[in-house]
Amino acid sequence: MSESPSTPDSIHTDAFLARLMRDQLKLSIACALCFVVALVALPLLNYFQPEFMAQRIYGFTLTWLILGVLFFPFVWIISYIFIKRSIALEDAEAKAAQDGLTK
Amino acid sequence: MNALLAAAGIDPWIAICSLVTVVITVGMGFWTAGKSKSAGDFFVAGRSVSVGWNASAISGEYLSAASFMGVAGMVMLNGYDALWYPVCYACGYLFLLLFIAGPLRRFGAYTIPDFAEGRYDSPVFRKIAVCFVLFIGFFYTMPQMKGAGTTLAYIFPGLHYSVGVIVVGAVITLNVSLGGMKGITLVQAFQYWLKVFAITIPIFVLASVVGHYQQHLEANKTAQETVATAPAGIERKSLPAKAPKDEQWIAPFGSLTTKAVDTAIKAAKTPEEKAALEANKKPYSLLYTYSLIIALVCGTAGLPHILVRFYTNPDGVAAKRTTMWVMILIGVFYVFPPVYGVIGRSLMPELYDAIGSKGTDKVVLELPTLLAGRDYPLLGSVLSGITCAGAFAAFMSTFSGLLVSMSSALAHDIYGRMLKPDSSPEQRLKAFKWAAVIIGVVSVGLGTQVEKLNINYLVGQAFAIAAASYFPLLFMSVWWRGMTMKGAATGMLVGGLMALGAITLTTLSDVYAVQSLADFWVANPLVRILCEQPAIWAVPLSIILMIVVSKATASTVPADVRMKMLVLHAPEALGLKQEYIKEHEGLGGH
Repeated sequence: MSESPSTPDSIHTDAFLARLMRDQLKLSIACALCFVVALVALPLLNYFQPEFMAQRIYGFTLTWLILGVLFFPFVWIISYIFIKRSIALEDAEAKAAQDGLTK
Repeated sequence: MNALLAAAGIDPWIAICSLVTVVITVGMGFWTAGKSKSAGDFFVAGRSVSVGWNASAISGEYLSAASFMGVAGMVMLNGYDALWYPVCYACGYLFLLLFIAGPLRRFGAYTIPDFAEGRYDSPVFRKIAVCFVLFIGFFYTMPQMKGAGTTLAYIFPGLHYSVGVIVVGAVITLNVSLGGMKGITLVQAFQYWLKVFAITIPIFVLASVVGHYQQHLEANKTAQETVATAPAGIERKSLPAKAPKDEQWIAPFGSLTTKAVDTAIKAAKTPEEKAALEANKKPYSLLYTYSLIIALVCGTAGLPHILVRFYTNPDGVAAKRTTMWVMILIGVFYVFPPVYGVIGRSLMPELYDAIGSKGTDKVVLELPTLLAGRDYPLLGSVLSGITCAGAFAAFMSTFSGLLVSMSSALAHDIYGRMLKPDSSPEQRLKAFKWAAVIIGVVSVGLGTQVEKLNINYLVGQAFAIAAASYFPLLFMSVWWRGMTMKGAATGMLVGGLMALGAITLTTLSDVYAVQSLADFWVANPLVRILCEQPAIWAVPLSIILMIVVSKATASTVPADVRMKMLVLHAPEALGLKQEYIKEHEGLGGH
């Protein structure tokens, strides 16, 4: 591959690009949804369930504990999953495209 | 010497720590200046920075005076609602990671204007895109300058606020015009670790003496509790009248998000008017919260001085790994500033009564001196010196980063591409240095005007402008093939400029106390909220305009859009970038 930078013709089709973008976007949106749901839900819980969110846990109120501490590891987990999957996805795409060339 | 310092009210330990930070930073700048030779080196550090270095450097640049001083000050002042700032500053990176970081790096360009031009083959669009580097940049430099003025006024009690702004502005401007970004990468990475050290060590020591985070939080009673039950060993000082009440402070929808309505209630004449406003208070407050979240999350993904860093990753995979590490590094940091705010509320409530640079924004700097009252006078001074050093690292690194990206925009885009396209690399380097000086001077001038405003609030405003301009541009350009240059430009300009206008209006009316505007805000609290936090309407507006105008001008979609999209999305292993460049050279393109 390295001697010849030219790429297989199969990747210069609309179908290939559409699939590529769709797969990547699906993964991104799935991860984004977990995050957005949490971002939308927390103010709503504060709004409609103030007593529940104000209960004390180790001195923190529940809502303070979530926002001030627990939110950070939650986001790390999402990003870790995303990066693992997205690198695997890219490898699979590259392999598929190159296999298309040899066939 | 000591007697002299004491007479002036200066604590020698605090002064020494700060001085050492400045000397090391400037020294590293000069030391690396000799190493950065070519223009490429100067702009994006030769594109060869490892993931660890780059993540530390991005974090170092990102953790500004707002993070180091502003978050603590705002949590102390407004309580729970202010927590959205650190959380969204850190978590906004997720959007960047999910939608923008990888594709942008694969496309390969020095700056966002480069991307705008490359994606739409339009030099005109570059000129439009450049403007927002400067708009966002200046809004972002103002709070850094406030941080500088506040810190110097704390170290040298007699010093006027604006003197601090001028001194720090001059030092950093000199440093940037001599070192460029290669120097900055090393300095920024060092400064991240300095900042983490400076925010964590003092608070661990302090909390072990005066009581822990959750104990001080517990001392504030919620609306559901009848009496405040401070844990054993926690002694609170009585709060001044200006401070928010416990149940408002610890709960959501407190003084930050209800300020506009509260002001209107105070001015209301009839009980009916008051009741109507009271009924609206909580819904408006929810609206404010969501708008703030949108501004901070989307804004992080559109900050020009952060995005330029992604081009220093060797490839798209490294760009993603870097973003992951940045989120961990800054997430760890952001747990701590609110602790200063919470303990400050219990033990240093006198800051509520002070205004400008003497107010709650300096709680991080001053809180360690509480140890002096607990029989550890020397330790208190040393730790206070350490937090001052961290504050210096914070505003110096962010201001440097902003100065580099704004000067690059001026030198690389406006001078190099528009004014004098045939300029030599030496001329451009010279232009970069002059641009740094010009922008430094303007930033100092603006910085002297904002003493009254909260550091964190000002940074949030810069995020809102980025959210309404660059974020839609990047997001839509990366994921939608049907975008046209006209659509992108219209959306970015209208959304961005309207957000900029709304924010400038509120900022001006707060800084200069414009009576007619103040009356208008009182009469229309909802408009005030939507102007103060415009993201909730400006971001959708920008995206809708992009779609509508692009559909209307669908015939002008770039001819080779499929190739561009392939470069953005196809794995780098396929070598499409090289092919793309060859094709363009073959056509005699740019």
